[in-house]
Amino acid sequence: MIEIENVYFKYQSGTEALRGITLTIKDGEFVAIMGQNGAGKTTLVKHFNGLLKPSAGKILIDNIQTTKSSIASLSKTVGFVFQNPDHQLFSETVEEEIAFALKNFGFNQETIEKQITWVLNLLSLNQYRKTSPFMLSGGERKRVALASVLAWDPKILVLDEPTIGQDHEQKEILRQFIVQLQAQGKTIVTVTHDVEFVAECNPRVILMREGKIVADGEGKEILTNAEAIAQSSIILPQIAQVFAKLGSLGLPKDVIDIYEAKDILLRAYGRPEE
Amino acid sequence: MSRSVFDGLKFRKVDSPIHNLDPRVKFVYVLGVFVAAIIYNEIIPLLLLFLMQIPFVLLAGVQKQWLRSLRGALFLAWFIFLTNILFRYIGAGYTFLPADIEFSIAVTIRFIVLVASFSVFFLTTSPDHLGLALEQSGVPYEFSFAFTTAVRFVPVLAEEATTIMDAQKARGLELEKGSFMKRIRNYVPVLIPLIVSAIRRSLELAEAMESRAWGATKKRTNLYELKLHKGDFALLIITFVIIALEIYVRLFVPIPPLSGAFLF
Repeated sequence: MIEIENVYFKYQSGTEALRGITLTIKDGEFVAIMGQNGAGKTTLVKHFNGLLKPSAGKILIDNIQTTKSSIASLSKTVGFVFQNPDHQLFSETVEEEIAFALKNFGFNQETIEKQITWVLNLLSLNQYRKTSPFMLSGGERKRVALASVLAWDPKILVLDEPTIGQDHEQKEILRQFIVQLQAQGKTIVTVTHDVEFVAECNPRVILMREGKIVADGEGKEILTNAEAIAQSSIILPQIAQVFAKLGSLGLPKDVIDIYEAKDILLRAYGRPEE
Repeated sequence: MSRSVFDGLKFRKVDSPIHNLDPRVKFVYVLGVFVAAIIYNEIIPLLLLFLMQIPFVLLAGVQKQWLRSLRGALFLAWFIFLTNILFRYIGAGYTFLPADIEFSIAVTIRFIVLVASFSVFFLTTSPDHLGLALEQSGVPYEFSFAFTTAVRFVPVLAEEATTIMDAQKARGLELEKGSFMKRIRNYVPVLIPLIVSAIRRSLELAEAMESRAWGATKKRTNLYELKLHKGDFALLIITFVIIALEIYVRLFVPIPPLSGAFLF
């Protein structure tokens, strides 16, 4: 469980990136944090594993205050996957890359072997076990980076911009993967600009603006609130745009799911054979 | 530590008498200070050299960044002081001689003077002006461009290094843990991604430049040209006076050791 109580954060440069954030993320929740560039999204999630410590207020991860714990020990609970895989890949083989964190956390050799095999299978990277991560494509490198964090099976997973530079198929794989992790009871927090991706996943959405939370609720509710999301420099998902424009026909406006949209349209203008 | 040293070299565009000086003249001045710092081993002249930087810093209004870069250099300063004093101690037959302590302090101040003066130079000179100065001094454009690009990318790389460190810390890397050798090895997971990304970035930059016709004509023209103004001549004169003075003092004026004054 992540509990954030009235957190402020100021960078050395003087920028006040967080201005009174209060938020609770329960175990097993899937949360998308959205908002314009510079809204404080990444700054906020960097507090979860202690990379940043609040200037005021406090953050509890499973009842442990982040200021009273090291980054390494918090990271064991909170796995953080960075946006750019090139900022972390350095080993000669994919296998060693994944073993890096496991060694840092002091797992024994047997467990390390087991976890590597497990995570490689999970992300269908098995054929690259002995390949250099630098030889892989962008999408594959991103998967290796994800694998290198998932390997120690953290309870909470933070994904910073997981869909950037990914083709549609990779995004779909990622989405299914998140669903799978959620089914295992993991907490997933993602920072993203990708409205369509969020619409497809329909998580809890937290909208940030200038270091504050401006909206918090179900994806369907937030992503169809044209006013709130325009303020955060986000555009409605395409389905919601269509339904917003069809508003005068008396159709519901809070639709982001493509199957729901299809059903509503069929019901209204139904062609039974479909 | 490393971040703050880079911060001390980061240029910010400000309008001040020092910022507006010709980079060539400023460079000659820094060289003058550099030579002075090298030819003196005594505390008093080195301390004077250090104090001489302060009016420049205040005039330029960069005291905050300047102090930060000095603070960043503190670790290395301690290192220089301790190694000097250690080897002098051993060399003197395991005794502390006042002269040796004085010498160790002096070399440490010398290092600080060098950091201080170069920091003022880089804080008040834009990479563009620097490139222009090199070009107008007859350095081939390829070299001056390479130089300015290198300077320009220092803060970018520093920022990237911070991100990489964060990414590796998130995977349980503890940079400050372990023996001295272990700590050095801890930086491998930071350095490799940093180097790889720098190479990648430079290839991308080369492509972007070539697609904007870099090197298409032999003779490039410049939008701006550097000209010497009144202030530049003033600094030039100050610089020559300093150089003349430092050589004169070195050759003809004996500098009494401090230890003679209060240790004996």
